[in-house]
Amino acid sequence: MSRTHITCTVNGDPVDFLASDGTSLLDALRDELGLTGAKEGCGTGDCGACSVLIDGRLNCSCLVFAPEAEGTEIVTVEGIADDDRLHPLQQTFLEGAALQCGICTPGVLIAAKALLDANPDPTETEIRYALAGNLCRCTGYDKIVRSVQEAAVQLKGAAR
Amino acid sequence: MRYTSPTTVDEARSLLAEHPGSRVFAGATDLVPQMRSGRPAPPVLVDLKKIAQLMSVTHENGQWTIGAATPTANLTRNHDFTAMFPGLSEAMGLIGSDQIQNRSSLGGNLANASPAADSVPAMIANGVQAVIATADGTRTVPVAEIVTGPGRTSLADGEFIVEFTLADTPADTSDAYLRMIPRTEMDIAIVGSAVRLTVSDNIITDATVVLGAVAPTAVTVPDAGAALIGAAINAGQIDDSALNTLADAASAACDPIDDKRGTVAYRRRVAGVLTRRAAATAVERAQNGA
Ligand SMILES: Cc1cc2nc3c(=O)[nH]c(=O)nc-3n(C[C@H](O)[C@H](O)[C@H](O)COP(=O)(O)OP(=O)(O)OC[C@H]3O[C@@H](n4cnc5c(N)ncnc54)[C@H](O)[C@@H]3O)c2cc1C
Ligand code: FES
Ligand code: FES
Repeated sequence: MSRTHITCTVNGDPVDFLASDGTSLLDALRDELGLTGAKEGCGTGDCGACSVLIDGRLNCSCLVFAPEAEGTEIVTVEGIADDDRLHPLQQTFLEGAALQCGICTPGVLIAAKALLDANPDPTETEIRYALAGNLCRCTGYDKIVRSVQEAAVQLKGAAR
Repeated sequence: MRYTSPTTVDEARSLLAEHPGSRVFAGATDLVPQMRSGRPAPPVLVDLKKIAQLMSVTHENGQWTIGAATPTANLTRNHDFTAMFPGLSEAMGLIGSDQIQNRSSLGGNLANASPAADSVPAMIANGVQAVIATADGTRTVPVAEIVTGPGRTSLADGEFIVEFTLADTPADTSDAYLRMIPRTEMDIAIVGSAVRLTVSDNIITDATVVLGAVAPTAVTVPDAGAALIGAAINAGQIDDSALNTLADAASAACDPIDDKRGTVAYRRRVAGVLTRRAAATAVERAQNGA
């Protein structure tokens, strides 16, 4: 398999790495860049545990070939906090007990951030649809949805 | 496996000619799961997303041109497009999750040749044409002529879809798409039904009905279209006997598989029910100028 030299921006930092052409972006993030937040739940686009933002768009990184990342800006769960201050979503997830095993959480946080970036005031139905591509085997989803609602309120308060 | 990202149609054409067995892709939302399930990896992958023509959506002189690799989310977020083709848009809006729709393309949905592909019945109902890059030029064919069976297409080796074209719908014409899935989200259709029709002076004057997931390919059902043509609309409601004939024709056209997700009898029945409902929605939209 040929290996390609890839240059992109991850969580605001310029990075470069070598990856085999058939490698997924998920494996490249985890194995080449040591960013193990995004998880592999299925490897086939069904579970959303591997969700990242690529040029601001929500994607399953397991469905992206690493060379496609050339020149893009990627955001993973490691990049959503503001230094030591957790992102409001991370804080409300902790306070609202929106996670148990935590495998789905990095992907859910990224999908929820993508939603709130585009729609700061989503209805409960909009939240549930926006997170339909993120499977959670533990929480039953209600605490996730409540925590996203609470984060939306806090973010709107902060924007005022 | 080697990854390539040509920036012109010509460059892609040469890559495909030089490397027999290579595969084009757009979102890879079908390709990657298939490779993961053990299908042999192609020697060369040709990423179509760096070709500007395949990623653009234009609307000029009453015609839409949609690049074959454009993510469906770009269309479902385009209000001019969704207002003109609400049914085709709702079909695209049903594909997977937001993550999937940020990648899934119409070219991939069609060329993957799944009998259950959601956009395909709605594209056929709307008379969408596919522009195909051949070895030395292009040819244009109706979408209905691309898929020949599950996983099989009429595209020759080295050919790929460049773009789709479709004409503006007149104000008295609209479409609708409904599907049935065993779950509420993120599932594959066991029946899909697309209806496009025209209403003039409270009479349906033209109608096309296309079913998905009930036969090896999407099927146009002329008897179902004929059942609607001439039907009267009273206070927004389609004449009941026409609806019954419509539902019977839709059910009769089904040649579905029988599996744990839906029996033959159930899929047949649901095809009739969904087609009635899709026709009712299309009439409402046509009368409201959508
Ligand atoms: C979790 C999940 C849920 C899904 N849900 C649905 C659903 O509800 N409904 C549905 O219909 N589909 C669904 N799909 C399937 C898939 O997302 C769609 O079929 C999508 O439209 C495929 O587009 P793509 O660009 O990703 O195709 P790719 O995977 O890039 O390509 C698919 C096939 O088409 C070929 N191809 C791609 N582009 C072209 C072209 N321009 N010319 C010629 N050949 C081409 C490729 O070689 C490949 O064989 C789902 C997939 C996943 C992973
Ligand atoms: S690991 Fe990517 S969607 Fe499950
Ligand atoms: S917390 Fe365990 S899968 Fe969601």
